[in-house]
Amino acid sequence: MPRRYFWAAILGVMASLAFPAGAAEQVPAAIVRVEHPRPLPISRLDLPPEDLGLAGARLATADNNTTGGFLGQEFALSEHVAAPEGAVAALEAALADGALFVVTMADADTTLALADAAGERALILNALAPDDRLRGEDCRANVLHLAPSRAMLADALAQFLMVKRWSDWLLIEGSHPGDQLQAEAYRRAAAKFGARIVEERVFEDTGGARRTDSGHVQVQAQMPVFTQRAPEHHVLVAADENDVFASHLPYHTWDARPVAGSAGLMPVSWHPALEAWGGTQLQNRFERLAARPMRPKDYAAWMALRAVGEAATRTQATDLATLRDYMTGPEFGLGVFKGQSASFRPWDGQLRQPVLLAAGDVVVSVSPQDQFVHQVSPLDTLGTDQPETTCSRG
Amino acid sequence: MRKLLATAALAALATPGAAYTVYVSNERGNSITILDSETLEVLEEVPVGQRPRGINLSPDGRFLYILASDDNTVQVMDTETQQIIHNLPSGPDPELGVLHPSGNPLYVANEDDNLVTAIDVETRTILAEIPVGIEPEGMGVSPDGKVVVNTSETTNMAHFINAETYEIFANILVDSRPRFAQYAADGSLLYVSAEIGGTVSVIDPSVPEIVHKITFDVPGIPPEALQPVGVRVTSDGKKVYVALGPSNRVALVDGETWEVLEYFLTGQRVWQLAFTPDEKRLFTTNGISNDITVIDVENDEVIASVPVGQQPWGVAVSPN
Repeated sequence: MPRRYFWAAILGVMASLAFPAGAAEQVPAAIVRVEHPRPLPISRLDLPPEDLGLAGARLATADNNTTGGFLGQEFALSEHVAAPEGAVAALEAALADGALFVVTMADADTTLALADAAGERALILNALAPDDRLRGEDCRANVLHLAPSRAMLADALAQFLMVKRWSDWLLIEGSHPGDQLQAEAYRRAAAKFGARIVEERVFEDTGGARRTDSGHVQVQAQMPVFTQRAPEHHVLVAADENDVFASHLPYHTWDARPVAGSAGLMPVSWHPALEAWGGTQLQNRFERLAARPMRPKDYAAWMALRAVGEAATRTQATDLATLRDYMTGPEFGLGVFKGQSASFRPWDGQLRQPVLLAAGDVVVSVSPQDQFVHQVSPLDTLGTDQPETTCSRG
Repeated sequence: MRKLLATAALAALATPGAAYTVYVSNERGNSITILDSETLEVLEEVPVGQRPRGINLSPDGRFLYILASDDNTVQVMDTETQQIIHNLPSGPDPELGVLHPSGNPLYVANEDDNLVTAIDVETRTILAEIPVGIEPEGMGVSPDGKVVVNTSETTNMAHFINAETYEIFANILVDSRPRFAQYAADGSLLYVSAEIGGTVSVIDPSVPEIVHKITFDVPGIPPEALQPVGVRVTSDGKKVYVALGPSNRVALVDGETWEVLEYFLTGQRVWQLAFTPDEKRLFTTNGISNDITVIDVENDEVIASVPVGQQPWGVAVSPN
């Protein structure tokens, strides 16, 4: 018996045990959140809430069940939080529960390990890892990406800066691998949209405690020195995914220039201030459920399971193959409260979606900017387009 | 008698013939702009509650119901004095409403609370709260007053509600983010627009089932900008006008073949539509350009655009 049919048979038995047959058709899903060790954020306002991501998945499940109640479908969610070494075991537990759709919140390597472990048994919905290689040379046929890639985020910011005619950038990157990859995405975006990086600097993370200096002690003296004697530039672009230094750049730079990227004007998939396109309703629903503002990771998990719900609603099916094919097919479109329909790019499984540019308490703009056009969809001006893809997911 | 006097006063201001009063809610301006349908002269901009969106006129034109979303209430304006005379209990965040053909009750979609509220406009009490899908918005009522239709933007359904029992008796799945539901005058068809899906579903409400989906295509406009919202149908059922949001177009659709016959250029982000009672003119609200566009329905041409308040949303025209 080919392996996939074997698993399907086993899964059928398990599913019938875990989700006893009722009047409604069951759509079993899971979320696996992997806890990678991370230093504290610079600001205590950014401390991760305990239910980060999970709350988004819960809201999507509730939203799906409202529709499902009218159509005789029931959506179930099992939640798993694991250390990196326990990630695959958590996935196996979720699959043993019958999950066919697994939202993952993990780094790139762990996401790949989970995808390869799941194989044909489940569809992996990446709600966290922004790595372009997961959409490129390391792409997998059983993975869809809800989190925007680094290239999408960088392109979204680059478009806005070019519309502003802020074409000369001072690029400051952190010393961690993620920072370097984000910096690479900015280099690529600069080349793509005609910006000029006048100089690059690396801010070394030398470790140390976070809570000793909220900005006014040594940072106030260090940051101006670090940023001085830069060539003439319009804007400082920071690549600091690990939240080591970028939040300390605004108002501490040597030159009076705006900061963008990892601080100041930030490209994000979601922001709790967004009210346009019915956003208020999603914010309110989430805040009622979680008693806190919705973060991008919650939003990605919410989109992941809403995509499953949308496919189940439209196809009136609950099996993995039908839903997966519909989600990646041309008919699929998901309302994501950003003014236009979101859909998956067939070449790499990335969700095409608008990217918000937010600063502090407000949404400043939304990319793609009107000035950038595309022969298929303006959304495909963000990130890796079909002709450039290195993914061969088929 | 008061009505006669009012009509006489209005007639003195306007050109002779069919002059009606047009009311436009300004979502950001917290006001209602009042203008003459014939001269297109702005007569008044009246301050009202916060974030007025949907507006409905009583069948006799005497009262304007203003859904003040951020005040969680329905304000009632006496159209003769242009004063707010009282509020109706609406439930939270009322967005769009529809009046029973008799003028009572008023059915309101509470966008934030997944409810449709039926309000008795005379006793000013809530008659029923009907749980529907997520983010209810579009509201329609059958011409015989027996069926209320609500569309829910995230559940993507048209819910058919029995107007007597307040029970949902059918649900039709439509395309993504349905914004508006409009019956043809004879009740034989129901049009439901889907903003993100980019379609208008034509529904046979007697089954109910979708019999056709109208799609739109404007050269040079990206398909995702063609976002159908407001729908109005001439009383003979032959012409269907569809507001297409950020494409800044209103489509004219043949009510029998459902072919798109024409696209009219309007102001920016066109959402809601209203005819004059004689169906000679159609008014659009253009939320981004702070104006309304006037379409001559007989000749099917755009004849004017008129600046109104900030971010116009709803529009209603007096019956006389």
